[in-house]
Amino acid sequence: MYVNILNYARRRYFWWSVILLIACSGLYLSQAESLPPNGGSWQGYVLGSIGLFLIIWLSCLGIRKRSYASKSANLQAWVSAHIYLGISLIGVATLHCAFQFGLNVHTLAYMLMCAVIVSGLIGLYAYLRYPRLLVENRANQSFEQRLDSLAKIDKEGLALAANCDTEIQHMISSAIDRTAIGGNLLTQFFGRDRSSVAMPTKGTTSKHSQMLSNEGQQTVIDFLVAKIPNTQKPGEAERLQKLLYILGRRQELLRRLRRELSLQLRTKLWLSVHIPLSMALLVSLFVHIFTVFFYW
Amino acid sequence: MAENVKEHFDIAVIGAGPAGLSAAAKAAEYDLDARAANPDHTPSHILIEGSPLHANTIQRYQKGKHVMDEPGYLDLRSPLEFAAGKREQILKSWDQGISETGINFRANCEVTKITGSRGNFEIHCADGNTISANNVVLSIGTQGNPRRLGVDGDNSHFVQYQLDDPDEYHDEDIIVVGAGDAAIENALALAKNNRVVIVNRKNEFTRAKQGNLDNVLEAINDRNMAFSCRYDASVKSLSVPPPGSVGTVVLNTARGDETLPCHRVIARLGSIPPRQFVESCGIALPNKDPEAIPELDGQYQCNVPGLYIIGALAGYPLIKQGMNQGYDVIEYIKGKAVKPVDHPLLALKFSLLPYLADVDDILALYQQRVPMFSRMNALAFRELIMESDIRYCVSDAQQLNSLQSQGASISQERIRDIESARSADIQRRQSAGLAIKPVTPISPPVITKLLRSGDFIYRHNDYSNSFFTIIEGQVTLSSAEGSDTILGPGQFFGEMSLLSGRPRIGNAVASNDTILIETPRRTMAKLMAANDEVAKGIETVFLQRTLQQFFTPQGSYVDLRDIAKQVKTSHFNTGKYIYKEDDAGEHLYLIRSGTIALSRLENGKEIAIGQLHSGQIFGQMALMGDPTRRESAYAAVRSEVIEISRQPFLALLSKSPESITRLQTETSKQLKSTAELAALPEQASLMSFLLAQGTGEGTNVLLIDENLCVGCDNCETACAETHKGISRLDRKAGVRFANINLPIACRHCEQPHCMKECPPNAIHRESSGEVYINDSCIGCGNCETNCPYGVIKLSYQLPEKPPFLSWLFGGVGPGPGEDKNATPSNMAKEIGKKAVKCDACVDRPAGPACVQYCPTGAAQRMEPAEFINVLNLR
Ligand SMILES: Cc1cc2nc3c(=O)[nH]c(=O)nc-3n(C[C@H](O)[C@H](O)[C@H](O)COP(=O)(O)OP(=O)(O)OC[C@H]3O[C@@H](n4cnc5c(N)ncnc54)[C@H](O)[C@@H]3O)c2cc1C
Ligand code: HEM
Ligand code: SF4
Ligand code: SF4
Repeated sequence: MYVNILNYARRRYFWWSVILLIACSGLYLSQAESLPPNGGSWQGYVLGSIGLFLIIWLSCLGIRKRSYASKSANLQAWVSAHIYLGISLIGVATLHCAFQFGLNVHTLAYMLMCAVIVSGLIGLYAYLRYPRLLVENRANQSFEQRLDSLAKIDKEGLALAANCDTEIQHMISSAIDRTAIGGNLLTQFFGRDRSSVAMPTKGTTSKHSQMLSNEGQQTVIDFLVAKIPNTQKPGEAERLQKLLYILGRRQELLRRLRRELSLQLRTKLWLSVHIPLSMALLVSLFVHIFTVFFYW
Repeated sequence: MAENVKEHFDIAVIGAGPAGLSAAAKAAEYDLDARAANPDHTPSHILIEGSPLHANTIQRYQKGKHVMDEPGYLDLRSPLEFAAGKREQILKSWDQGISETGINFRANCEVTKITGSRGNFEIHCADGNTISANNVVLSIGTQGNPRRLGVDGDNSHFVQYQLDDPDEYHDEDIIVVGAGDAAIENALALAKNNRVVIVNRKNEFTRAKQGNLDNVLEAINDRNMAFSCRYDASVKSLSVPPPGSVGTVVLNTARGDETLPCHRVIARLGSIPPRQFVESCGIALPNKDPEAIPELDGQYQCNVPGLYIIGALAGYPLIKQGMNQGYDVIEYIKGKAVKPVDHPLLALKFSLLPYLADVDDILALYQQRVPMFSRMNALAFRELIMESDIRYCVSDAQQLNSLQSQGASISQERIRDIESARSADIQRRQSAGLAIKPVTPISPPVITKLLRSGDFIYRHNDYSNSFFTIIEGQVTLSSAEGSDTILGPGQFFGEMSLLSGRPRIGNAVASNDTILIETPRRTMAKLMAANDEVAKGIETVFLQRTLQQFFTPQGSYVDLRDIAKQVKTSHFNTGKYIYKEDDAGEHLYLIRSGTIALSRLENGKEIAIGQLHSGQIFGQMALMGDPTRRESAYAAVRSEVIEISRQPFLALLSKSPESITRLQTETSKQLKSTAELAALPEQASLMSFLLAQGTGEGTNVLLIDENLCVGCDNCETACAETHKGISRLDRKAGVRFANINLPIACRHCEQPHCMKECPPNAIHRESSGEVYINDSCIGCGNCETNCPYGVIKLSYQLPEKPPFLSWLFGGVGPGPGEDKNATPSNMAKEIGKKAVKCDACVDRPAGPACVQYCPTGAAQRMEPAEFINVLNLR
């Protein structure tokens, strides 16, 4: 509906970074051929300073994002510029170091910078893609509304199961009790289903049961499907059919709930990599500058 | 005192609210003096109150509420004390006042009827007694009395009509009668510790809010809860137990009578608005409006001689106003010529005008000058001026400067007067050994407002909506399209924005020596509701000028008088159709206020194909060659439209043939945009969604694009950070449809519902359109109730947070954003909750913070007319 961060202001900052890169390339090529090009020439110093300035400015986004009294341009402009100039930094830095890499603090800073940029690119992908997937997954029903629906059909399911034999009653209530939506970070991230159920073991009394995974409610569904043709009591088959329908609904609701959590997490999690890496980059950058000036 | 011996008094005050208490206290002072001269003197006054305690309305405020003493500019004149403070404190000081001044107070005595007139009033009470009086002061407020059960014993301790604290009762059997929200809420709250039966006259809960409905049904179906319902049942009789024991209630149900034992009955059957009672006393009301205010003369006397009306019932919604009137009315009855407290305030308003006349003379003169006001009652006119600004237009900078410095010294003098009066009061209290009242800051005196000839009174597209009346001089209205209109003394302008809520059309400029009355919209709206003559006068001119604006911008509105008589104005409630697709049409419509949605049936589904706002026309094709309606038109919010049939239409065109071109341009523009929307079914359904959410009546709506929103909540954080720590927008609770999220945030309605009943007039609109609440809010909660979009909440002021950088680097404090766990300071609790809502960041030059701080551009604010552009952008 509105303009996204890449297209902001007719991609003004894309053109800025193109110009920046052309200027830097010009500077790089202008280095005297007698010396091997590196950060030590005056052009190298200028390129380095541009890079340093860019990195500091890019890091300032974290502060700017929270300086709510600021009167300057809106945050979307900052983020759009952050992305384009952030990407162009790869070019600036590479020209600055003149393609010289080694096992030292200088290359460490370079690698950290690349890591920040890669994490930024992942974030960019996340920002552009996941909100749309969230809208699709939501299908005009909010998380809370889905939780409500879930609670409602769980109640129905329990009421139905109460009229079935104890085996099924225990199984359904255990399936509901042991339904997992969230979980640890990885589980959430991948939207994994860690639900389980205490299944009655064949041939023994209902006291004996065995804990099984109930991913996608499948274990319980399979059990019911197998059970339906073998019912004897009048009305039992019908009740089990209804239970099956309810489990199907649960399956769908739970899937969407998990997906929402997973997508929400994916939209945000990269920032917790991006920010610490940026901090590490800043530190290594100062180490880099320090060593250059004092040990060379 | 034996029954049936009729008591007689000189003055009977009915209703012991602030107004009635103050009146009775003043009357009691006279009795005190009389008793000093003659020890056998018996009270010549009585204060009759329906409820068990004094000031029932204030007793019903929430516990610990901070009561404000707005308006700050008005002094208190009453034998009783009143200054801003806790409800309990104020009630206590009045209770003391009742005994100290010796008020002859009779509680638990509801007045059911008043007959007679001066000298022989008969006051009939619910307990069967009658009291006679020479004069009656009616101060029963506007809250109404609870509707009673209508069976014997319904006035006893066994039956309660209100529930202050549900936690007071434990382990009791309680019957709650009623099916509205109040009954449900009480019943559910009581059910926590008691056994509750709720009695519903109907077979379902039709009047309840959805949330309450869900909760009560759940409670009824919950087998673990001692909560049940009797449908189709009513109370047939009661057997009242002695206090503290169990009585019984007989219910009349569909299956015969049922007897239930219980400890108490709580009846929540709504209240009877005072209008019925007022009319039954023979008091004339100006019109059918349920909130109509009786017409009174300059001494608060209504059409029944000897019957005086003061306080909220007389149209003065604040405590201090009512108390002052209580004092004055007794003086009037006693034949004393007191000047009302507002006298010096009016003098200030007139202070820079070039006359040497007394306030009352100026008022009389002004009222004569303006034909529309000439037959208003003097009291109402005085109040109108009190609430208005007087503007005086001077010729040059020199005169302006000299008057301004004169004004400054008048203001200083006034402030000195107030200060010296205050210190005199402090001395008096000190010497009498009384506690010293805390002083409130003195609000700056309102004096004559100055402007220079040639200055704009308002400009094109300003969102101001006050109403101007010319007393002297002349005003030129000019617009880009038409010729100028010159108005002179007695005429008025500004009615277009007043009635439509839309921004100003054209500029208004005053010339030399012009004197204007500028009346705020709220005052005007109140006046129009109360006074049909004023309403009609304004409507007529409004109609003429609207037609002129649209059809004959070059002509004069006065020429359209006859045509204006041939057109009709109609109201349509939300969702009502003005016409339907395929109807044969005979009218074109001009929208006076509100929003009209155009829709079409597409595969059996109704889709929105357009929206039109006030000042626009629709349905014109019917008069321009195509009599079959190609679309339906319905009111997206409550709207008013002007219906123009063929004859007046042709007459208008003949007056100004060039308006045909205009009409055609407008038409083709409309056709283009409807065709566009109709071709994009997905966008059309988004539009239908937006219109169904009432956004049509907004002027500045926050829409979040969920395709871009990453859920970082920086919008809310920014809002909280720029608005005293409280976010005025709720993103998560917003209504979502497809990729649109309509968060809970003020839309800055064309005609803000919230402004309607704000007692201190704390809600204002900036000329750029933002609706905001200022510090004079008393926290009454009316606006919260009136806003249909749930965007206002009442909140304590939150403590200041440590600065951002110390959080960033030191982790001090909760960080940016609304701190949901913050506890208000005692000071904040003392001040009390106030209404908070989005003010569209009026004070931020950079624009709304929510928009500015969205990192992805997902949050944007816009007017409804821009929806189409935005929706088409893909
Ligand atoms: C929630 C809330 C908060 C408010 N906060 C403030 C504030 O902070 N500051 C402020 O200035 N104003 C405030 N107001 C407005 C203020 O309460 C009213 O303006 C004021 O109470 C009006 O006074 P009154 O004497 O005219 O009528 P009321 O106070 O309404 O008193 C009328 C009295 O008459 C009695 N009565 C009614 N009918 C009969 C009858 N038939 N027979 C006998 N007695 C009868 C009633 O029981 C009542 O005691 C608030 C209002 C509300 C609802
Ligand atoms: C060395 C380079 C970079 C540095 C130092 C840097 C640093 C930062 C910092 C400090 C933030 C603020 C996070 C916060 O406080 O919430 C941020 C946010 C962000 N960065 Fe970077 N970044 C760099 C490169 C990039 C690149 C190349 C991209 C994308 C291609 C990118 C994309 C983003 C995005 C999308 C945000 C989130 C904005 C928001 O949600 O407010 N960054 N970056
Ligand atoms: S608070 Fe509510 S009623 Fe008032 S302008 Fe905002 S949306 Fe409209
Ligand atoms: S709560 Fe609302 S209506 Fe009441 S005084 Fe405050 S702003 Fe006005």
